Amino acid sequence: MSTAATTVNHAATRDEAHVETDQQMWTIKGQLITSLAALGLGGFIGMFQAIERIQITLPPFGPFENYYQGLTFHGVLLAFVFTFGFANSFVSWTTMRGFGRPLRSNMLAQGSFWLLLGGTVLGAIILTLNEATVLFTFYAPMQAHSTFYLAAVFLVLSTWATLANIVLTYRAWRAEHPTEAVPLMGFVSITTYIMWGLASLGVAILVLGMLLPWSLGIMDNTDPQLGRTLFWLTGHAIVYFWLLPVYISWYMMIPKQVGGRLYSDGLTRFVFILFLLFSIPTGLHHQYTDPGIHEGMKSIHLLLTFVIFYPSLITAFTIMAALEHGGRRAGGKGLFGWVMALPWNNPAVVAQLLAMLVFTLGGVTGLVNASLTVNMVIHNTAFVPGHFHLTVGTAVALSVLGICYWFVPYLLQKPLFSPKLALWQAWLWAIGVLIFSRGQMSGGLDAQPRRTMLGEASYSLPGWEVANWLTAIGGVVMTISGLLFFVVMIGTFLNKRAETPEERGALDPPMPDPPIHDHRKSWKVFDRLGFWTLVAFILILIAYIPVLMLYLPAEFSSPGVRVW
Amino acid sequence: MKIDRFEKIFMLLGVGVLIAGLIAIAISVIHYGIHLPSPDGRIAPAEVRATSPFDEPGVYETGDGEYEVIMLAETWRFVPDEVRVPAGSEVTFRIASPDVVHGMLIEKTAVNVMIIPGQISEVTHTFDEPGEHLFVCHEYCGTGHHLMSGRVVVE
Ligand code: HEM
Ligand SMILES: [Cu+2]
Ligand SMILES: [Cu+2]
Repeated sequence: MSTAATTVNHAATRDEAHVETDQQMWTIKGQLITSLAALGLGGFIGMFQAIERIQITLPPFGPFENYYQGLTFHGVLLAFVFTFGFANSFVSWTTMRGFGRPLRSNMLAQGSFWLLLGGTVLGAIILTLNEATVLFTFYAPMQAHSTFYLAAVFLVLSTWATLANIVLTYRAWRAEHPTEAVPLMGFVSITTYIMWGLASLGVAILVLGMLLPWSLGIMDNTDPQLGRTLFWLTGHAIVYFWLLPVYISWYMMIPKQVGGRLYSDGLTRFVFILFLLFSIPTGLHHQYTDPGIHEGMKSIHLLLTFVIFYPSLITAFTIMAALEHGGRRAGGKGLFGWVMALPWNNPAVVAQLLAMLVFTLGGVTGLVNASLTVNMVIHNTAFVPGHFHLTVGTAVALSVLGICYWFVPYLLQKPLFSPKLALWQAWLWAIGVLIFSRGQMSGGLDAQPRRTMLGEASYSLPGWEVANWLTAIGGVVMTISGLLFFVVMIGTFLNKRAETPEERGALDPPMPDPPIHDHRKSWKVFDRLGFWTLVAFILILIAYIPVLMLYLPAEFSSPGVRVW
Repeated sequence: MKIDRFEKIFMLLGVGVLIAGLIAIAISVIHYGIHLPSPDGRIAPAEVRATSPFDEPGVYETGDGEYEVIMLAETWRFVPDEVRVPAGSEVTFRIASPDVVHGMLIEKTAVNVMIIPGQISEVTHTFDEPGEHLFVCHEYCGTGHHLMSGRVVVE
C-alpha cells in the first residue's frame, strides 16, 4: 500500500486520519481551486457576451481582442476546466470516502493536478495570444495553433489519471474485501469515471489522430465531417460527465443534509449503470443537420437519446422521495407541507434544491432539442445556450457552488463566511438564469443564431430586442450572484480555523446513511463493473460502426484555415 | 431487487411518457414529411469554385414551380445572398463551402442545415406565402460570422 508515510490532514476522527493523507488532500484542494478560478474568470467573460447584445461593448471587448476570442475562453474555461477540475477533486474524495481508504497512487493524484493546471495555463496562453479563436468545439478545418490541441490533450489526460487512480483504488479495496458488495458511494464514483473514460475515446482519436498532426503540418488535410462525428461521440456523453459528480451529491449527501434517507440502493446502482451504458451511443443527435450522416442512423440515435433521458427521470423521483422523507421527519405535514420543512436556511442545500428545480426545466428543453422535428427549428440558435445554462450552467454549476458551501469549510477546517450572503447568492443565480434563458430561448425560437456577435450583426428581427434585454439583465444578475460566491469563499478562507471539538464537528461532511433498502436487497450483478464496461463498449461499437461504414471512405480534403 | 410500489409505478410511467414522446415524433415526421439532411455527394473545398454546378451559383428554374438554388457559403457571405421565387415554389438548396464550416437557417421555416467542407448539403422547402425570410449563418465561421446573411423574397 502506498500510504506508509501517512501524515494526518485534520485528525478529527481515526477514520479520516486513515483515509485522507496530506499527499493527496492538497491535490484535491488544488483541483478545486483551479476549477473555481476557471468558473470565476469564465463567468465574468460571460457577462460581456450577455451585454454585448444590447450594444454595450467595452472596447476592446473586455480583456480580449474580439467577441469570439472571449467566447472561446468562456467555453473552454467553463465546459472543460471548471467541470474537469471539480470532477477530479470531488469524485476523488468520494472515492476515498466510499472505499474507506486513500487513493491507490499519490503519483497519479498529483499528476492529475499538474496536468489540469498545465493544460489550463497552456490553453490560456495560446488563447490570449489570439492563436486559437476556434471556440470550445474547435471544428476543423478552422485550425488553431498546435499548442491549443496539446492543451486539450493535457486536460483529458488529467481526467484519465484520476480515472486510473479510481480504478486502482477499487481494485486495492477489492483485494482487501473479496466478498463484500461495492460500497454505494464507491460504486457511483467509479461508474462516473468509467463512463467518461469510454466517452473520451472519440475526442482522443480526433485530437491525437487527426488535429494535432494536422496542426503540426504532418498531415496536409483533414476531414471535417468525420471530425465532427468523433467530436460528438464524446460531446454528448461529456454532459453526463459534468452532471454525474453532482448526481453523486444529490444521491449521497443531499438526503443526509435534509435529514432524510435514500430509498433504494439497487435503484441507484441501476441509474448509474444506465448512464454508463447509454450516455455515449447517442451523439448523432447533435448532428441531425449534418449533411454527411445518413438519416437512418440519426433516427437510431434519437431513439437511444430517449433511453438516456430515463435515468434522469428516475433520479427526479428518487431524490424527491428522499427530500419528502426528510421534510416529513422534520415535521412537515400534508401534501406539500414537507417542502416548507426542508432546511431553507442552509445555503449548501438551498443552492442544490434550486439547481434541481431549474434542472427540471432544463430536462424538458433538452427533450425539445432531441426531438428531431423541433430540433430543425432551434438547432444552433440561441435556444441552445438557453437550454444549457439551465443544465450545465445551473443544475451543475449552482450545485457545485452548493457543494462548496460545505466542502470548502471542511477542507479548510474553517466555518463558512456569512451563510446569509450565500443564500442570496443561490436565489439570485436561480432568478438570473431564468431571465437569461427565457431571453435566449425566445430569441432562438425567433431564428436568432447562437455564437454570434449580435450587437454588431448586419441583420436583426423585431422579436430580438426583448430577447436581448432579458439575456443581458439575466446575465448581469448571474454575474452579481457569482461575485457573492467569491466573497463568501474569500471570507471563509480568511476565517479563523475551527479549534474546539464542537467547532470541528460542525464542519463534518454529510456522509450518507445506508439506504432504506440497502445493498442486501440489490442485484449482485450490478457490481460486475468489468462486465458492464464491456457491454458499454460493445454498445458504442454497435451505434457507431454502421455510421462509419456508411460514411467511409473518409474525405480528407480540407486544408487548415485561419478565419480570425 | 426491492423496489417500492410508488417507485415501480413511476418507473413504468416514465417508460410510458418516453414511448409517447417517440410516437409523437414519429407521427410528426410522417405527417409533415420532414426529412433530415442526408448524404448528397461530396466535393473537395479547393474544387468548389471550379466545379459544376458550384462554378455558377444562382437561382435556376428546374420545372413547373420548382427551383434549384446553387449556393456557396464562404467567409463571410452567401452567394447568392438574395433568392427571389414566386409564391408556391418548391425550392431546393444545394450548398457547398470552399473554406470552413458554416450553417444556414431560414427564418419561419424548418430549413436548418450545416454546410461542411467536403460535403454537399441539400434541403428543400416550399414557400407558400408571399413575404420575406431572413437567412443567417448559424455556425461560427470567423470574425465576420455575424455579417453573413441573406434573404429569400417570395413574390
Ligand atoms: C455569469 C454567468 C454567465 C453568463 C452571463 C453567460 C453568458 C453566456 C452567453 C451570452 C453565451 C452565448 C454566447 C453566444 O452564443 O454568442 C454563453 C455561452 C456558453 N456558456 Fe455561458 N454564461 C454564464 C455562465 C456559464 C456557466 C456557469 C457555464 C458552464 C458551466 C457556461 C457555459 C457556456 C458554454 C459552454 C457556452 C457555449 C459557448 C459556445 O457556443 O462556443 N456559461 N454564455
Ligand atoms: Cu447532447
Ligand atoms: Cu458563420
